[in-house]
Amino acid sequence: MSATLESRAALWLLGLFSVAVYIFQFAPIAVVMLLSFNGSRSGAFPMEGLSLQWYEKLFANDSILQAFQTSIVLALGCSLVATAVGVMAAIALVRYQFKAKNGISTLISLPLLVPEVVLGVALLMFLKLMGVYRSFGMLLLGHTVLALPFVVLVVQARLVGLRQNFEEAALSLGANRLQTFREVTLPLISPAILGGFLFAVAISFDNITATLFWKKPGIETVPTKIFAMLRTSISPEINALGSVMIIVTILLPLIGGFVVRRFSRGR
Amino acid sequence: MHAVELSQVTKRFGHNILAVDNIDLTVPAGSFVTLLGPSGCGKTTTLRMVAGLESPSAGEIRIKGQRINDVPIHRRNLGIVFQNYALFPHKTIAANVGFGLKYRNVTADEISKRVARALDMVRLPGVEDRYPQQLSGGQQQRIALARALVIEPDVLLLDEPLSALDANLREEMRVEIKNIQRRIGIATVFVTHDQGEALAMSDHVVVMNKGKIEQVGAPREVYEHPHSAFVASFLGNANFITGQVRASADGHAQVGLGMHVLNATTNRRVQVGETVTVVVRAEKIDLLPAGQGGLPGTVADVDYLGALARYQIVLADGTKLLGLASLKDKPLTVGQTVELRIDPKHCRIL
Ligand SMILES: Nc1ncnc2c1ncn2[C@@H]1O[C@H](COP(=O)(O)OP(=O)(O)OP(=O)(O)O)[C@@H](O)[C@H]1O
Ligand SMILES: [Mg+2]
Repeated sequence: MSATLESRAALWLLGLFSVAVYIFQFAPIAVVMLLSFNGSRSGAFPMEGLSLQWYEKLFANDSILQAFQTSIVLALGCSLVATAVGVMAAIALVRYQFKAKNGISTLISLPLLVPEVVLGVALLMFLKLMGVYRSFGMLLLGHTVLALPFVVLVVQARLVGLRQNFEEAALSLGANRLQTFREVTLPLISPAILGGFLFAVAISFDNITATLFWKKPGIETVPTKIFAMLRTSISPEINALGSVMIIVTILLPLIGGFVVRRFSRGR
Repeated sequence: MHAVELSQVTKRFGHNILAVDNIDLTVPAGSFVTLLGPSGCGKTTTLRMVAGLESPSAGEIRIKGQRINDVPIHRRNLGIVFQNYALFPHKTIAANVGFGLKYRNVTADEISKRVARALDMVRLPGVEDRYPQQLSGGQQQRIALARALVIEPDVLLLDEPLSALDANLREEMRVEIKNIQRRIGIATVFVTHDQGEALAMSDHVVVMNKGKIEQVGAPREVYEHPHSAFVASFLGNANFITGQVRASADGHAQVGLGMHVLNATTNRRVQVGETVTVVVRAEKIDLLPAGQGGLPGTVADVDYLGALARYQIVLADGTKLLGLASLKDKPLTVGQTVELRIDPKHCRIL
């Protein structure tokens, strides 16, 4: 118990530094959310009372509602595809032995490593070469590629943790591969599948960089809509829209993580 | 017709791992066969090949005379009990036990009847609606046994089913499994590295080492007449004594140990002057007070085991031997001089 003065000072500094990092990270988010309830006409401090006027405006704005609709359809669509493909990929990678295994595994997680700008340009150029032009379909495809690694990683982790014996027992009792999957594997990995799906939704909903490359002019998702609005003016409406974004993109992965941990049985 | 036959079965993993090396094995109908051996000797791999969970690299596996190398596992009709039970955690006990019947065209009514009967058999009636996590380890193992047997499999396969249980429960389950097996007369392959389990439960013990079968026989046979030093040392406490043959005649030989001789039996021809190894089980050595004309030695160490004591004895020429003696009398003490007498029929030249 004989901490020297210096080491105590060092601890203090470290603590201070850590707190500062968190403040710099989260203060802007807090400010945005706080200002979204601002009662004044301007979107800045000082605040003049609380009001929901910016949220009301938000939901009266057709182009914003349109952006929400696009974002939701896009997020759900790409997450469904990414989940279906991702679950199959994860099962193949964990339960089967084949030659290209490492290559495919790397390929799937590549979107996590490659900068989005590069990915955005690459897909754009590739599809142009193939004679496909910017469209909602292209956006859907792009988002699926971005979301896929998250689904695969979550489901893969669960499958590795799941004893293979469960499946072997089902097979030995007379269930064929499909029946075994439906009766044993699927129920046991379903929390991970749901978790992966929620991650995928959050990834898609939140994406802007790649989306800017892929979207057809005129189509806006919520993030690109915010971006477009910022270019013309800093309206306090943006604070409200930003807050909604923050809630969705923070809450979904949190729920996803909770589901995976809480409902995973039979480790 | 035998329940299971393996002929010249080999299993390789990749290029370098030879897990099972050209083995021949028969499991007669209704018999209890144990695969016994140290860790990594290929017991589980052998069992998994019979189960259809691994495919042999070479050789043929037959069940009831039918070659099943290419029959997928779900059509083999085998009951498997895993070390970690592998009960489906998301299904009730009734659904677990009845699982295999669903795929055998059995009506729901009949399933619940048979499940109840199977639970009776493992002495756990009335747990149908519980989940596996709500049962103790021993109970889960009984359920796993019921689930494997309710489908009336051709062969029952068990991979170290007792090793996750504590010592008392293990004894109890050992008896239980054996009783059930005998009652329904199902051919059983049991994998263990516990010699006690193997000797107590089996009709035939198959001792494996490094992917090969060292010896097959009834428990007493492999214990008392080990064919190799490996089998002798793996089962029980064996002593290996090296010495030179001084005389030999029809199955008997005198092996010199310094100034003394050991009378031994042999089932091969040995030459006078040849250096041989004699196997003697620790419990076959009688430890007597000095002055009776046996091999003289000194007690170097005593392990008190409760009903028995294990002694380390050093002979005059420095040979160290293990002796096991019941503790009807006071245990010997370290430093005490004793004389060893060993019946020649228990001294076997390898
Ligand atoms: N799937 C596998 N891939 C590669 N090698 C394997 C595989 N399964 C087993 N082996 C190897 O084969 C050998 C035999 O393994 P096996 O599991 O049959 O041993 P065991 O006798 O059951 O041992 P234990 O008592 O430890 O369970 C070991 O060297 C093991 O490392
Ligand atoms: Mg094993």
